[in-house]
Amino acid sequence: MSDARTDILGRVRAALGRKAAQPASESPGVYLSTRNLSVTERIELFVRNFEKLNGQARCLAARADVGPVLRELLDGRTAVASNSPYLRECGITEIGSVQTGFTVREELKAACASAGAGITSCDYALAETGTLVMLSSPQEARLVSLLPPMHVAVIPASSIIGNLDELLTNVPLPAEQSSSMVLITGPSRTADIEQILVRGVHGPGQIHALIVEEGA
Amino acid sequence: MTSAPIKIKETIADPRLQQAIYTATGRLMSHRAQAIQPALMPEYQELRTRAHEIKRHTIENLDYYLELLESKVTAHGGKVIFCRDAAEVADFVLGLAKERGAKLIVKSKSMTTEEIGLNERVERHQLEAVETDLGEYILQLAHQRPYHIVAPALHMTRYEVADIFTEKLGVKNEVVIENQTKIARSVLREKFLAADIGITGANFLVADSGAVLVVENEGNARLSSSAPKIHIAIAGIEKLIPRAQDLPLFLKLLGRSATGQAMTVYTSFLSGPRRSDEIDGPDEFYVVLLDNGRTKLLANADKRESLYCIRCGACLNHCPVYRKIGGHSYPWIYSGPIGKIITPQFHGVMQDPWLPFASSLCGACAEVCPVKIDIPKLLLQLRSEVVEAKTRGGTAGEERRGFRLFAWLMQRPKLFQFAGRMAARFGPRPAGGKWISKVPGLFNIEPVRNWLSQRDLPPPAPKSFHQLWKERKK
Repeated sequence: MSDARTDILGRVRAALGRKAAQPASESPGVYLSTRNLSVTERIELFVRNFEKLNGQARCLAARADVGPVLRELLDGRTAVASNSPYLRECGITEIGSVQTGFTVREELKAACASAGAGITSCDYALAETGTLVMLSSPQEARLVSLLPPMHVAVIPASSIIGNLDELLTNVPLPAEQSSSMVLITGPSRTADIEQILVRGVHGPGQIHALIVEEGA
Repeated sequence: MTSAPIKIKETIADPRLQQAIYTATGRLMSHRAQAIQPALMPEYQELRTRAHEIKRHTIENLDYYLELLESKVTAHGGKVIFCRDAAEVADFVLGLAKERGAKLIVKSKSMTTEEIGLNERVERHQLEAVETDLGEYILQLAHQRPYHIVAPALHMTRYEVADIFTEKLGVKNEVVIENQTKIARSVLREKFLAADIGITGANFLVADSGAVLVVENEGNARLSSSAPKIHIAIAGIEKLIPRAQDLPLFLKLLGRSATGQAMTVYTSFLSGPRRSDEIDGPDEFYVVLLDNGRTKLLANADKRESLYCIRCGACLNHCPVYRKIGGHSYPWIYSGPIGKIITPQFHGVMQDPWLPFASSLCGACAEVCPVKIDIPKLLLQLRSEVVEAKTRGGTAGEERRGFRLFAWLMQRPKLFQFAGRMAARFGPRPAGGKWISKVPGLFNIEPVRNWLSQRDLPPPAPKSFHQLWKERKK
């Protein structure tokens, strides 16, 4: 019996009348429609769409404003912050209840599983859909924005772009940079029982964006 | 014939279920309609056309894109496993689990693994496989299959869920949906943290990136693919798209068509195990590419477009038949119009010969399909295949003779009118002007019996239209 790979590829080729190693026919062009928006328009649009999904957004003038606002948001909760240098620049690592600097998976996992909030930055944000884009890296682990019941993203305003089309224009091959690119659009939700909306089923039920305008 | 027709009668006779199906599909329909309205999405029709073209191109060059995907997955440290059928997938999962000493698998919602009955197959070998999508988790506890491609537990009420949780989890009877969700969250959270293997499906396989793309709202697919040390993605070979840059097009269509969402809450683009410097993510990454009959479908150039489907479920929501008979009346896990065209192609048309006929051919499915699959055309082709097979097998003889007689009569107006007058005079005429529901003795043959088994016939009018017309003209 031939192996499954040879067999399946052979059947596909027989079905299509193609030969092994035959190049593909000319493909239809890529269809991306980007928008031209000013920084202010992008921020406004992002905030509007983010809040439509029950996220809470705040615009801050300077990095120095992040610490006090975050303390208020955390309201005594313990938190895990990602290793993003931007968070350090914003003074987050100085908040007492915030743990950071994890480099070992199991330690990070345990900390995130018991933390009240996860704090991250993001690589991009999409104005048109209120989406956060996070590529996994030594600075941004996957679980910080996933395990705790609250997610706070600190976003430099300059990272807000128009839409998904623009993201794939900027990052045509995400796999060359990271094993994981996740787009987060609002809090975790389900409507599986009687189509009633419930937030926070497996991921965070609360999501906050602190948009920092300094440097944009 | 399968037991489906019995299920159809039960479903239609259950007002609670009828209400549930109508409300849920109605809501999904209106969400979609809002999301694609021209003011918000003027390019909607253009996107459908382009999506159809890209799917056609990919399917017509499928071997090329399969090999491209494989080379990219491998380059990023992952592995592609080709599987001919359900048994080969189970063998792979079981073999890997055994080698790694794995005991617990967390699964996120995947129609493909439902198709191959993966849970039952692995559980026979002392491996625990837990569904983690809330709807799928409830169904797994209740031992039921999904009712809908997108909303698997659409048919259940909170009270049924409460009973299932009490019976299976030993919790007190809880009928508040938010609290039910909390119960599931806490039970499943433990599973996520303890799991050795995470299994997901794939909404798309991105060839130029060697990536698996998964959309979801709950976060269970993210957890399944990020918390355990091994991630296995299982997908049919038709799920390919050529480029990462094709994603905006398909994602705009998928979310809107399925639930009316411009973006689902989480969209994960996963391409291999964690890179050496990444803190978390799986150490091992496998993409299982499943045939299970798809190459047979591919071999038929006329019906190949059934493979363009992106499983949004819009055709189910808009189908007057699905909305009446519900998801469990179909013979396979793929229900609704798309199920009606792919089931006969996977199982053979004569397995459930009634299936392509259970349609009004209203065309709503084709109108809402985001990749423009011509479902009514495919249904007609499948109908003709059923009739051909029946003719060959000699079972269509009576029907054929009946239609021949009818055609012969239609070509002889005088005789036709005479036959009409005779029917009016001597035909059955139930008392009290009721309709005919029993087969008149003379016509007790299978096609007539079948027809009358679901319908009543008005008694023949005392005067034909022809006669009335003549009298009026006088």
